[in-house]
Amino acid sequence: MRLPCPICGERDRREFYYKGAALERPAPDAGEAAWDDYVYLRENPAGDTRELWYHDGGCGAWLVVTRNTLTHAVIGAELASEAKA
Amino acid sequence: MRVAGKGLLNTGRSVPFTFDGVRYDGIEGDTLASALLANDVKLVGRSFKYHRPRGVLSAGSEEPNALVTIGSGAQKDPNVRATVQEIHAGLQAHSQNRWPSLAFDAMAINNLAAPFLGAGFYYKTFMWPKAFWEKLYEPVIRRAAGLGGLSGENCADEYERAFAFCDLLVIGAGPTGLMAALIAARAGADVILADEDFRMGGRLLAETYEIDGLQGHLWAEQALTELGAMDNVRLMTRTSVVGVYDQGTYAALERVGHHKPHKAGPLECFWRIVAKRCVLAAGAIERPVAFRNNDRPGIMTAGAVRAYLNRWGVSPGKAVTVFGNNDDAHRTARDLLDAGVHVAALIDSRHDAPNFDGAQLMRGGQVCNASGARGIDAITVRTASGEERIRTDCLAMSGGWNPTVHLTCHMNGRPEWNREIAAFVPKPGAVPGMVTAGACNGAFSTADCLQQGIDAAKIALAELGLTAPDTALPDADDAPYRIAPLWAVAGKGRAWLDFQNDVTVKDVKQAATENFRSVEHMKRYTTQGMATDQGKSSNVGALAVLADATGRGIPETGTTTFRPPYSPVAIAALGAGGQGDGFAPQRYTTSHKASVERGAPMVEVGLWYRPSFFPKPGEKTWRQSCDREVGLVREHVGVCDVSTLGKIDIQGPDAAAFLDFVYTNMFSTLKVGRVRYGLMLREDGYVMDDGTTARLGETHFVMTTTTAAAGEVMRHLDFVHQTLCPELDVSFISVTEQWAQFAIAGPKSRDLLNGLLEAPLGEDWPFMACGSVDLMGVQGRLFRISFSGEHAYELAVPARYGAALFRELVARAEALGGGPYGMEALNVLRIEKGLLTHAELHGRITAFDLGLGRMVSAKKDCIGQTLSNRPGLKDPERERLVGLKPVGAIKQLMPGAFLFDKDAEPVRVNGQGYLTSACYSPTVGSTLALAFLKNGPERHGEVIKVVDHLRGLETLCEVVDPVFFDPAGGRARG
Amino acid sequence: MADLIAKLPCDGLLPLSIGKATLVEVVPVALTSVSPLKGAEKDLSKAMTKAHGVGFPGPNNSNGDDAVRAIWFGRAHALLIGPAPDSALVKHAALTDQTDAWAVVCLDGDAAESVLARLAPVDLRHSVFGLGQTVRSQLGHMTASITRVGENAFQIMVFRSMAKTLVHDLKTAMVAVDARG
Repeated sequence: MRLPCPICGERDRREFYYKGAALERPAPDAGEAAWDDYVYLRENPAGDTRELWYHDGGCGAWLVVTRNTLTHAVIGAELASEAKA
Repeated sequence: MRVAGKGLLNTGRSVPFTFDGVRYDGIEGDTLASALLANDVKLVGRSFKYHRPRGVLSAGSEEPNALVTIGSGAQKDPNVRATVQEIHAGLQAHSQNRWPSLAFDAMAINNLAAPFLGAGFYYKTFMWPKAFWEKLYEPVIRRAAGLGGLSGENCADEYERAFAFCDLLVIGAGPTGLMAALIAARAGADVILADEDFRMGGRLLAETYEIDGLQGHLWAEQALTELGAMDNVRLMTRTSVVGVYDQGTYAALERVGHHKPHKAGPLECFWRIVAKRCVLAAGAIERPVAFRNNDRPGIMTAGAVRAYLNRWGVSPGKAVTVFGNNDDAHRTARDLLDAGVHVAALIDSRHDAPNFDGAQLMRGGQVCNASGARGIDAITVRTASGEERIRTDCLAMSGGWNPTVHLTCHMNGRPEWNREIAAFVPKPGAVPGMVTAGACNGAFSTADCLQQGIDAAKIALAELGLTAPDTALPDADDAPYRIAPLWAVAGKGRAWLDFQNDVTVKDVKQAATENFRSVEHMKRYTTQGMATDQGKSSNVGALAVLADATGRGIPETGTTTFRPPYSPVAIAALGAGGQGDGFAPQRYTTSHKASVERGAPMVEVGLWYRPSFFPKPGEKTWRQSCDREVGLVREHVGVCDVSTLGKIDIQGPDAAAFLDFVYTNMFSTLKVGRVRYGLMLREDGYVMDDGTTARLGETHFVMTTTTAAAGEVMRHLDFVHQTLCPELDVSFISVTEQWAQFAIAGPKSRDLLNGLLEAPLGEDWPFMACGSVDLMGVQGRLFRISFSGEHAYELAVPARYGAALFRELVARAEALGGGPYGMEALNVLRIEKGLLTHAELHGRITAFDLGLGRMVSAKKDCIGQTLSNRPGLKDPERERLVGLKPVGAIKQLMPGAFLFDKDAEPVRVNGQGYLTSACYSPTVGSTLALAFLKNGPERHGEVIKVVDHLRGLETLCEVVDPVFFDPAGGRARG
Repeated sequence: MADLIAKLPCDGLLPLSIGKATLVEVVPVALTSVSPLKGAEKDLSKAMTKAHGVGFPGPNNSNGDDAVRAIWFGRAHALLIGPAPDSALVKHAALTDQTDAWAVVCLDGDAAESVLARLAPVDLRHSVFGLGQTVRSQLGHMTASITRVGENAFQIMVFRSMAKTLVHDLKTAMVAVDARG
């Protein structure tokens, strides 16, 4: 598996650390349900998914990778610092 | 036997080797199989289950029968295919799965017991009693059924791994692959051409037909010469592409050292090839026909007989018979005749078979039996006019050819049935970026293969943005391939499908009868295709028999799933680079050498090596050293290398705001020149890590993490900054390695430093102060922090001076009655003070549990703040930090023990908590422990029971404050 | 002049010469991490050019030569190799001394590319990774910075504490490549 780091270019999966779904952090007062969603509840989509990956063995950028869980196609990656949730 | 004037073994150099201890001579360029056949050795192994005598079936990597063990001792290599192994001087090969000898095998008794050993035998026979399975059945079966054995010794061979990149990977260097590689290379693409054989050319080496007026092998040589001269081409022989993975990643196994006497260097190399595009030109594998006793040595595939004749100049028999259901089989008879080998008969199961001159053609005939225990001596042919026995010492059979579709299935592609060639072909687009061409795509004439090679290269080049040069299709054989399916000849007796796993037509039918009708169920019930050859020559035949038995068509029956690796890969190759010191990086502190010189046993802490203790003459146990080291810190001064703790340099106008967000407590209020203890939570409200952070300047901090969590914290900081608050102007970089840092702890620590520093420490150096210092011509950093509860400092200098400074500090400490201390003493010192490590911060602990609830500031948001306020995380009944001190006769305490009420039965439901750290404290004169106890802080003074079920220990303890020593903290501040 | 004896990261481990590759330790005067403040990228690059003659390098690139080199060092970071940083840079960037944090070696020779192909999962062939190009990637299990500093020469950096593993891994690959002849 290879991921297209927007900074370094396409790199082997071994350089990356996987975190999980890319979600927007709720406001402190957003309530229990919103925080439960953010911290614990995850979709398990058969299809496109947006995930956070860290280019640990590379430039140190956090990425939002869009990937298809059925075909394994990597549709794209953007810097998390620039991504819209 | 060798056939004069045949073969491509140009040098003719004789090569001696042994098989089962007997010396033979082969010719340079021989495989073990061709050399054995040249020496008329037909019996080469015994089958897996029935111990049937077996000979060479094929001439390629699909070989199910001719498995041998190469070498001896630690370098013994089992299950090597004789058809792949090249001979070299001194090669020692041994047959397998036989005792006492290949010719007389005691276990052949299994063959007589065959009626009881059919499909599902294991499942049915050994169900009961359960205990017998492990003790009796399995060991007996394992001894009786099997392949070669492992040496049982540590792997002494070297394996390597490597990465390669290219525009186009061409898999297979037969006519198709060569053509595709030529076109792509001429267009300027970076090409890797990989072939599992040691000589490229594929079937061109095994056939007699011509391309552009040149003999096939000469055309291949010409193509290879052109490719070899180009800088943009890499030719990889002996390289099997064994796996296809996402985004154009291919795994390939290169056999580097198997073909020569062992010397230094890797035996195999496991390649990860990243290719923008791929042309699969993997060829096709011939399939046998199932008939009674079709596994006798001397019965081979027709294409293999042709390959041995044309490439190696070997005829596997003196009177050969040929049996087939397609035109291709006729070629074998023709080539044999042309070479002067006697062909006893050509049996073609088709009633409309084309004419054949030179030998008896039996149209509509089927071979229904073969005789000859250790080598075939005759076959029985059934025709409309009855059965006829023909004497023969080699039968060349062909049930047609299966395109080698395996690699197209590694990403879940399912091949499609092609009625015309009675075989499965790849589904187009099964692997993104891969184009299939030639025989693996169902093209069975040379002209078709060359054309598809050209077309495939053009498709790949277009996608790479390159222009294909004009290339005329070379002039080549264009004979059609006609076949009439014949899977199994009807009749009594056992007809083999899977030679390697001893699966017969009867077994497959029985599976169907017992309702294992799905091909995947049949596979598992019969073990069809589950041996090391993965059923390369047998799967399609078996599923055709299943289709027939279940009254379905072959397309509806479908294939099993082909998974990587295509051919066997040694675990040592997959793990290449990870042996010994290659397993993980070793991190050494600058004081390592000095510590080792003092006899300190080094312990691994993550990747780091740290000293456990520094033994003195006369000290017989670690405890004696540890107790002494604790004492010298409490009474004098100790020195300890703490460089392994993570250090992160944090700078920027928003650095303070950022720290306020990642720590539970405030850092924006910290004064320059001061240090503060900080607690970091995960977003779920549990503690992630702790440490101190120093403010070196208005916009400059240096954060300390625990050794274990250094990497995790760095990743976390990057995460918080980049994903949650990218608007903050802050940057960080690890400085763990920049500074060698030493703890100087004890009542005399200031004295030690004042002898060393250019400016003595005055009253402006209170507890938790930090700043720049000069010593011995070097600028360092000093932090007055304490992990021992003593008046203590941490002194950091650029790492190059670490080794020298450590020796200097130790010498000065010893002059003051102190000395170095190791991890054991460090642990005791911190337990005495109730200070935390990851034994306590194990991921299920909240700030509240630690009694640090007030450190979670309510004045600001921080990571984990919201969820740390959940009622459940602040429940007084939670297991909370306490100290424990034994009060009874038994003093022993070990981490992992559980806590119970004094009179409660020590069972899980009565659990009150658990113990995380324990030590003997020479300072307090007692065993001490840190533990988490339900409602702990409210239970000081209570006596509880600590039970270590694992070690059978039961200790009565008083619950006390976790700070056992100097609770007021005067020593550290003084 | 320091009274403490300084030790190099690869002390006692190098140089090495095996087959068509040599490995030597490189000892820069200073290594400084340079991370631009928000919006200061251009001014920083100008200040660097003025003070040191090398601009802030773009991703996967480096500027300069053996005397002064600025290599891209990851997201929003460059590493100034050579002189101590000019004080004019402070206005535009976070500067962090990294002189002692890295083991720096140079792998040179016809076999250098083949040696690295055994350790780094990145494409370092000359046609795609020319003179002056750099990557942050891995070398074996270590995170590394690899820069082509000559036709067949690579500067390789890993954490100082891993110097022994660096030399072990490179030496193993050098021996394996050499064994193939």
